[in-house]
Amino acid sequence: MSRLLLSRRGLIGTASASFGLLLAGCDRIAHAPSFDRFLESAQGLSYRSQRLLESGQPLAREFTRADLSPVFKLNGSINPGGAAYAALMANHFADYRLQVTGLVSQPLSLSLAQLRALAARTQITRHDCVEGWSAIGQWSGAKLGPLLQMAGLKRNARFIVFHCADELAAGSPYYESIDLFDAFHPQTILAYDLNGAPLAIGHGAPLRLRVERQLGYKQAKFVMSVEAVDRLDNIQGGKGGFWEDRGYEWYAGI
Amino acid sequence: MSEATLPDAAGPPAPKVAPPVSARPAREVIYRHSLIVRLTHWINVLAISLLIMSGAQIFNAHPALYWGQYGADADKPVIELGARNTPHGLQGVTQVGDLRFNTTGVLGVSGPPGQQEIRGFPGWLTVPSNRDLATGRHWHFFFAWLFVINGLIYLLFGLLSGHFVRDVAPARDQIGPRHILGSIWDHIRLRHPTGAEAKRYNILQKLAYIAMIFVVLPLMIGTGLTMSPGFDSVAPWLLTLFGGRQSARTIHFICANLIVLFVLVHVVEVFLAGAVNEVRSMITGRYVVPKGHAS
Repeated sequence: MSRLLLSRRGLIGTASASFGLLLAGCDRIAHAPSFDRFLESAQGLSYRSQRLLESGQPLAREFTRADLSPVFKLNGSINPGGAAYAALMANHFADYRLQVTGLVSQPLSLSLAQLRALAARTQITRHDCVEGWSAIGQWSGAKLGPLLQMAGLKRNARFIVFHCADELAAGSPYYESIDLFDAFHPQTILAYDLNGAPLAIGHGAPLRLRVERQLGYKQAKFVMSVEAVDRLDNIQGGKGGFWEDRGYEWYAGI
Repeated sequence: MSEATLPDAAGPPAPKVAPPVSARPAREVIYRHSLIVRLTHWINVLAISLLIMSGAQIFNAHPALYWGQYGADADKPVIELGARNTPHGLQGVTQVGDLRFNTTGVLGVSGPPGQQEIRGFPGWLTVPSNRDLATGRHWHFFFAWLFVINGLIYLLFGLLSGHFVRDVAPARDQIGPRHILGSIWDHIRLRHPTGAEAKRYNILQKLAYIAMIFVVLPLMIGTGLTMSPGFDSVAPWLLTLFGGRQSARTIHFICANLIVLFVLVHVVEVFLAGAVNEVRSMITGRYVVPKGHAS
């Protein structure tokens, strides 16, 4: 029996010692930038395998009105603030113009009325926050693909960047970017309505991106301009988005 | 418990080659675990440990679980590691269904005395130990890929080499209430098989391995993929199968707990059965068969 006790004591000792070592080791290398970049390389594997599987451009699951979240959680910027946005808001966004710029042959400046007249789509989809929660809402908006075609996307354009009115961190306007594969997906829209009513300020009025096969931080709110570019490394932190510049994956399909 | 039933863990090292048949062997050494099983086992130890810890980090970003397609602050959680203010300071409240438990110090609220903060799982359980969802996700997806590739190699090997049929599937004589009850009774008394019976896995061990290999770990991967909005478009049937992304997240969490439970029992059994002999057999493959009363 004594040997049994000894091995029990040994078990607890060995287990806690190795656990402590594991923790200390993890923390040390978790904060080493080179190791973090090494781990992040798995992102490329996820991105490429999902793109391969999605080659037929399948749609994200669409739900019915019975599935709508009773309350669609507000998250991120609830109000961009600032004089320019406040002025737009005061006038119910009558003076709002979405700028379509960058690598396009015909830059556009579109009012909300003009956006509402474009090819549109309504979809009840699930919004998945990177934190883990989900909310289901009905979105209506202008399809991004036809809008880009109208602007005449140049051959060297590779990404679409969305510049926003809000600054989650001082001096860093929110921005996001997607590749053309997602930009031309039928469910990728610039939404102006949520659950049948114009977007509330907290949900990104007057216009937010819906790119349904990616996480919440890709769904840029308060979109002011859409820019076609051939590279992302010369925009803000160079990682293709506000949260991407702060360590999150550019490809947020998982 | 008699000394003879305890495996000889501290004895002299095993002979390099099995002794000749003519001399009655003092110690019988068998080749128990093949190279692929040993390699995939240790890669799994690394991957699963870090998946659990980075998973706890990710969970802490929203320490509540729901059932159904959606779930957020306004919806009723099925499990929550929450916190509330009391006159005596912060209190960690773990909620399971309608039951509430005070888990201050470990779940909901934890940290050094005086610096306790609201946090689902404590820092000593997460990687990294501070709150860092972005880094936690890098770890989780890296080791998820390692776990999946490692698991596929093991499954393929298990099927093709006969490992599953030979070592994991219950033998004919192990099936039946009499044998199973006997094994349960042995486990309760912490008695481990000796002699010929120690050369194969016991029935409870086999059932536990089967549950992990063919149920819990595949469920882990399936529910993990269901949480991916990209993969959902490729395999929307996963949402139907698990009853929604939030249900899948809840099942993922429950299975993670089952894995932790399995690992705890597994490690305790290794120590009870003779840590040196057991661990050595998983490193070198060689296992000293514990001698019993009859042999």
